[in-house]
This record gives sequence, C-alpha cells and structure tokens, in this order.
Amino acid sequence: MCGIFGVMDKRRQMMDGSGIRQALSMMNERGSGEGAGYAAYGIYPDYQDCYALHVFFDNARDGKAVVDATLEQWGTVEHNEAIPTYDQPNLRATCTPWRYFFRPDPSLAPGSASPEKDIITSLVMQINAGSNGAQVISSGKNVGVFKAGGWPEDVADYYRIEDYEGYIWLAHNRYTTNNPGKWERPDPFNLHDWSVVENGKITSYGTNRRYIESFGYTCSMSTDSEIITYLIDLLVRRHGLDINLAIRALSPPFWEDIDLMPKAEQDLNRALRLAYGSATMNGPFTVVAANPDMMVGFTDRGKLRPMVVGECGDRLYISSEEAAIRAMEPGVESITTPAAGEPVIGRVAP
Amino acid sequence: MTNSVTIDAEGMHYTPLNRQIREAVEDGVSEVVVKGVLGQRFIGNGLRGDATIHVYGVPGGDLAMFMSGPTVIVHGNAEHAPGNTMDSGKVVIHGSAGDAVAHSMRGGKVFVRGNIGYRGGIHMKQYETQRPILVVGGSAQTFLGEYMAGGLLVVLDLDGTMKARGIGSGIHGGEIIIRGDVDDASLAAGAKKVPLTDEDRARIAPVIREFAGDFGLDPEPLVSADYTRIVPASARPFAGKYTWE
Repeated sequence: MCGIFGVMDKRRQMMDGSGIRQALSMMNERGSGEGAGYAAYGIYPDYQDCYALHVFFDNARDGKAVVDATLEQWGTVEHNEAIPTYDQPNLRATCTPWRYFFRPDPSLAPGSASPEKDIITSLVMQINAGSNGAQVISSGKNVGVFKAGGWPEDVADYYRIEDYEGYIWLAHNRYTTNNPGKWERPDPFNLHDWSVVENGKITSYGTNRRYIESFGYTCSMSTDSEIITYLIDLLVRRHGLDINLAIRALSPPFWEDIDLMPKAEQDLNRALRLAYGSATMNGPFTVVAANPDMMVGFTDRGKLRPMVVGECGDRLYISSEEAAIRAMEPGVESITTPAAGEPVIGRVAP
Repeated sequence: MTNSVTIDAEGMHYTPLNRQIREAVEDGVSEVVVKGVLGQRFIGNGLRGDATIHVYGVPGGDLAMFMSGPTVIVHGNAEHAPGNTMDSGKVVIHGSAGDAVAHSMRGGKVFVRGNIGYRGGIHMKQYETQRPILVVGGSAQTFLGEYMAGGLLVVLDLDGTMKARGIGSGIHGGEIIIRGDVDDASLAAGAKKVPLTDEDRARIAPVIREFAGDFGLDPEPLVSADYTRIVPASARPFAGKYTWE
C-alpha cells in the first residue's frame, strides 16, 4: 500500500507545492514514514533549455568530483549548486542533494534520433550503477524530483516545495516493504522526460527487468518505478509507440477479453501482447506517469489498487483516494473511477 | 427523545474524531452529526449500540468496520471497504463507494445509492441468524461477490451502466441478485444463474422497499422488475484447483 497523487494544469498555469503537500498528507495512513517524494514540471524556467540533474551525494566533497568530470566529458555544466534544504526534526539527512544545469553535446551521440536524451540516459545509468557515492534522481529539462526518507510533510518542508511552481506535480507516500528505506528509493523515479509514481508491487519484476536490460538500460534501484520509467521510455521514445498503445502493452487486456473484441482490435491487441509479452506488468499496481506534455494514470488488469480521477476546469487529478483530491480542490467538478487497465490521459495544450 | 451532538471534523485527525463519536454514543447520545468530514478513516469502527451517525463529506476507508448495531448515514461518497467485517447495524451511503465494499461483512445492511468499485461484497459470509445484506443502486464492477460465502447482494443498476465481469468468482455461499439480464460471459467459474422464483421475490421485496425508502425512490417498479439470481455452482468451487483427492 502506498499513496500516490498527480495533478496537471492543461494550460500550464502554475501551482506551488503547498497544495500537493496537503493532498499527499491526507494519505499518511498509506505510508510508513520511511519515504516520500515529489516531482514537478516547469520549476526551472531560467534554465529551461538545460537538463536539470538532481543528484544525491553520500558525501559532496568526494562524490562531486566524479560527477563533475563525467558531465564535462559529455557536455557543459551551465550552473550547479546545492539544492536548498531546511532541517526538519523528524528527518535525518543521509546525503546532500545537489543540482546541475547541464547541456549535453549532441555531436557525441552520432546516429541517434534523440542524441541529448541518449547521452542523459547513459550518463544517469553510468553514475547510478557506479560505486561513487552519487545517485542521479532526476534528469529532465525544467523538471525536478525532491524526495527523502520521511513522512510527506517533513519531506515537503525539508525542500520547501511551496517555493517551487510547476504545471504538473506528482507525489508519492511510500509504504516500505521489501528493501531499505534509502533516500533515492522512494518514488517519483525520473529519467529525463518521464517521471513515475507507483502504488503496488510488480510481481513480474524479474521478467520486466531482464527485458529492459536487454535494451541497454541498467537497473540499480531495485524499485518497480525504475523499471516502469525505462519501459515507458523504451516504448514511447525509442519504439515510437503512442502512449495509448504503450500503456496497453504494459497493462494489456486478458486473452479472454481480447477474444470478444472486433476483428481489427483483436489483431492489434494480439500483436501487442506477442511483441511486448516480456514488458507486460503483472501484480497489483496503479501508476501515474508524466512527461512535459502529459500526465497518464493506469491500473493493473485485475484492479487490485485504487485510482480516482478528478477534473476541475483545466486541472486533472489522479489519486489513490478521493479525499486527497478534495483537499487540494474542494470544488472538484467530476470524480470518476476508471475501469481496470483503462488509461487516463491528460495532455497539456500545445 | 432524540438527543443530538454535532462534531465539526474539519482538519481533525481520525483518532480524536472517533474518540469523540465513541464517547458521545457511550454517554447515551442517540444522534451524532459529524460535519466537515474529509478522508477520516475508521468512522464508527467497532461502535456498539443503536445511535445514528450522520457523516457530511467524504469519509476515509473502512467506515463502520466491525460495527455492531448503530446506523451510519453518509451524505457524500465513501472510499474503500465501507462495512468491512461489519457485525450488525446499517450503513447508508448517498453517493458512491470505492473498491471492496462490504468486505467480509458478517451481518447488518450496507445500502449504496450510487456505484461501487471492484470486488463489491468480497467474502461476505453468514452464520445462523447473521445474514449480511449489500444493496447497490447504481452499477457494480468486476469481481462482484468474489469468494462470497453467504449473505445477500443486490445490484439495481438504475442507470443501466453495469459492465461487471467475473461475477461470483469463487462464490460458495449466499446469492447475488442483479436487476435485468446478465450475460453468461460475465459470470466467473463457480457461479451459475438460476431463475428468480416467486419466493425469492417475496424474500427480497422488503429489502428493496427499505432501500427505496431510504433514498426516496418509487419501490414498486423495482420490486416487480426482472432479476437475475446468481448462486454457487458448488460448495467447493476450487476443489480441483488447490487439492487433489
């Protein structure tokens, strides 16, 4: 059990972090006080053309030199600084959060359709897999992840997320189950464009991990959301699937439901299941994912985790519980609970 | 004589809120009105007696869990599992409710005017005179009556939007009665359709009348409507799945 929450403004109107802090704290019961995190899009307008790398250093003095050298090899660091933090009585800092605003040099990835993102992808994996005391926790343009081991309010106050303004926010309150509550472990997980929060447990983790690693992704967090983020990046960016099809590949209809579909739809769904059998996620889950242009939510096919959707004006909300939506938007106009596997897709106006 | 207490729950954690409700009922208050509820869990948990609790807002999960006797009326939606393992009494929800409504319920009534989520009535049970009743005015979702072991589950599908599949998956006791026809493909293995007899109709008529009364609906068209009755195909649906004899 975890609590997840996402909100998007379709017209890119900014929201500071105080609303989502309040929403997530409504679901404290869904966490265990060992991890929470927030992701926000649109927070770095002054550096919107740079990839913002949020990095946790075990020890900023030793780890930073390695990251500095690696980044300089692949591009230019426009600016870097410690992420401002504010001590909280219930939060024991185990690392130093840092941010770089970085321009990768696309000429170093010849032949790639998205050279900057390929460079960022390999940089993130290289740093995270190395034993260098550094973990990159977010790496996208104009986006940042703020997370730590603690209750949602303490984590929000540690970073003062109310000082940031974004048009998409994701949040996660973690119920730690089967691995240590290290600061880099709670969701959101981010790789350049995509950020993911998940409530659940992917029982097909091993199959999915072997599949994604066969495409050159290196998994180092042992978390579901890392696998999900890489799967979405592979299917959407590298394979060029529409987000609808990508979600259908990850959480496809059961075979017996496919049998009942019209012929053309049957063929499409059979092809997807056969092509992406090893990407199919099993087990109970609700996932909310975002990139700079959209926010999506979907559940497992057996609907073993909750997902509530709220709409109000330009705002789209996806949450584990209705009360969290109402905490942020008391006058919410519509509350719905989509069916299992049925994706909710909200797009930002172009 | 009705003596009533009003509690403003705005911004209050569920622990002090539930303590206040419990103390009021123990003091002999017969009506507790709780205003400004938002997300507070476990309201009415383990509560005994015959008081009525009015909840204004959206209460959190596991409303009226283990409750024995009181009536809880929710003027809004409810989240997951209202009526969880409820013993007796009544829950009336004027909005919709989340997944696993009436989870493991063992007595009393849960009436939901709107829709319910997945796994409604999962593992409801019955024993001697204890016979729980769940009635849904709107639609229910897939895995309705999953592992159901007893009790009565009625879905009126007043909006005609019901798309539940896998109905009665693993059902081995009790009955599911759904207004209108139910496609065979929507039944799970272990569940079977049988005709609704006149005796069945006479048995459910008081329940439907009580539901209609609580929500201001005209009862007679509902009492005389066509229903599909779903019961266990056997007492041990998974006998061949998990054991070999």
